[in-house]
Amino acid sequence: MRFVFKRSYDDDIRLFRHRAQMFWYLALLVFVLALPWLIDDFLIGEATNVLIWAIAGMGLMILTGHTGQVSLGHAAFMAIGGYSNVIMLQSGVPFVLAFPLSGIIAGILGMIIVLPVLRLHGIYLAIATLAISVLTEDFIIIAEPWTGGISGLVAPPIDIFGIDINRYGTPVLFYFLTLSVTLVVLGAYRNILRSPLGRSFIAVRDSEISAQAMGVNIARTKAVSFAISCAIVGLAGALLGLFAGAFNHETFNIVLSIQLLLMIVIGGLGSIHGAFFGALVIGFLPQAIAISRDGISSLFGLGSWTVPGIESGVFALILVVFILFEPLGIYGRWIKIRTYFELFPFYRKGMFKRQKSYLKTERMK
Amino acid sequence: MSLLTLENVTIKFGGLVAVDNVSFHVGKGEVFALVGPNGAGKSTLFNLVSRFYDPVSGDIRFKDSSILRMRPDQVPSLGIARTFQNIELFEQSTVLQNLLVGRHRHAGVGGFAQAFFTPSVRRAERAHRRVVEEVIDFLDLQPYRDKYIAGLPYGIRKVVELARALATEPELLLLDEPASGLSLEETQEMIFWIEDIKKHMGITVIMVEHDMKLVSAVSDRVLALADGRELAIGTPSQVQSHPDVIRAYLGTSGIDGDAGDAGAAGRG
Ligand SMILES: Nc1ncnc2c1ncn2[C@@H]1O[C@H](COP(=O)(O)OP(=O)(O)OP(=O)(O)O)[C@@H](O)[C@H]1O
Ligand SMILES: [Mg+2]
Repeated sequence: MRFVFKRSYDDDIRLFRHRAQMFWYLALLVFVLALPWLIDDFLIGEATNVLIWAIAGMGLMILTGHTGQVSLGHAAFMAIGGYSNVIMLQSGVPFVLAFPLSGIIAGILGMIIVLPVLRLHGIYLAIATLAISVLTEDFIIIAEPWTGGISGLVAPPIDIFGIDINRYGTPVLFYFLTLSVTLVVLGAYRNILRSPLGRSFIAVRDSEISAQAMGVNIARTKAVSFAISCAIVGLAGALLGLFAGAFNHETFNIVLSIQLLLMIVIGGLGSIHGAFFGALVIGFLPQAIAISRDGISSLFGLGSWTVPGIESGVFALILVVFILFEPLGIYGRWIKIRTYFELFPFYRKGMFKRQKSYLKTERMK
Repeated sequence: MSLLTLENVTIKFGGLVAVDNVSFHVGKGEVFALVGPNGAGKSTLFNLVSRFYDPVSGDIRFKDSSILRMRPDQVPSLGIARTFQNIELFEQSTVLQNLLVGRHRHAGVGGFAQAFFTPSVRRAERAHRRVVEEVIDFLDLQPYRDKYIAGLPYGIRKVVELARALATEPELLLLDEPASGLSLEETQEMIFWIEDIKKHMGITVIMVEHDMKLVSAVSDRVLALADGRELAIGTPSQVQSHPDVIRAYLGTSGIDGDAGDAGAAGRG
């Protein structure tokens, strides 16, 4: 196993633990930068889609994975980002301003909306946020003058300092736009995690009682986490709106909220990697299903057929399999595989079993 | 000078009077022990000082100003740190990260600066780490600094909790049964540490403890409680020989050694 010698405090602060790790992430960065020259425009669109999922996943991961607050309403905050972005664009606000503003609006509105339910825990918070998602959908329909009601909105073309960016006309540029947003969010997320704020999130997640005993203001920390989470998800919503070209309330319906949550559970709660792994699964799942369906059809000569709801079905199946066999998600499985090879042949089966601590009763204090 | 003063503090849970009209004060630099049978109200007193519970009547003062209007999360900023009887650590974090949460009351940088990890944030982080590493050295936690709590044995967790409390750089330290569940050697080590905390760090300590060996070794004064009421207060030997104290412990298993085990068994 690699042993990292630490010589200064910065060894714990820096972003990469060791040279090899830095190398692999740089290689990955080069790969995603070179991607447009490796694959065609259709697949670049798919890659963009995955990145949008990843941004939204990071947004929810901060809240659920790192602060321990489950939200089933994050489609609502994506909607706030998506709608406010397009509404601002339509009224002539330049994209470079409208886009970050849509994130800020989603963050602030999100925080205000959830303030009344912040005291709720676990499943109760999930239900309350679910209600928020449903209400937002209705609100979008009612607020027709701004949102276009059921017919929705059409995203106007955007330009950044004179460069025209369009999902269909210039998919590569749109990919790079999404990629840069992904990298900025990723950087901020990493920085927060190595700062006092990120530590207070994790403290609230693991033990509210002792977080308080260390001076962490629980209500404020949760509110800040919600605000950051909603802001990031709002940015993802803005990108999704542009990516879809036209959207309405159905684009941001309750299913999206559920998918977001399932995505980070499958990817691995409590790690940024998990958001990306989950995004890959959810982004490529429809393709994978289509391809295997075509494969089965041609194998048995069945012709073209469809099964309604098969995507949700397969998705649910994957989720159940993960909860049963790998609660730590894809990232957890990856860590185990990596450790296996690093320690070969000394890997023990019980290595990742949690040690039980005795003397812990149900009493809190 | 009195650092912490409790004046006629009473708290009730439904019909049960868990702490009944208790008064005492703890001077700066003292090691003050709370003893008493299970359910005497010792932990409840800590939870009152931490502001987790509101007393029905009475006053709690730290350095002569009442803390009863404070929220629990404001208490650490006064310089009061605590440990819990049933260890409350951040399980999914490493030892180092746990101790760094202890630095929270000293974290004075804005959220935006943290998102960009500005030079001022980096400087503050280095300073926090310096303090934390000192605590790690003091309590010999080096082998565990990057280990996750979820995989650590009980005895180490107890020490990590003490370390996290020390990382806050407190003036007053509340230790709830620091030696329960520890082996003889570990208890001996705990005695040395508490003495050092008092002598070299100048931190005032209030501890709840069943192990009379530890209590008489380190404490200056002892308060014995039973059923929420004060039985006796004084030096360890005065309290141990007090007739009411002996009577309160009859029926359990005597005041020395065994009481600790009985307590542990009762909780386990
Ligand atoms: N939150 C609560 N709700 C109801 N009753 C409580 C609560 N906290 C404590 N009590 C009761 O108050 C009494 C004192 O409890 P406390 O935990 O202070 O005892 P203790 O002296 O710390 O005992 P031990 O040695 O077992 O830790 C007990 O009877 C307990 O059941
Ligand atoms: Mg107790």
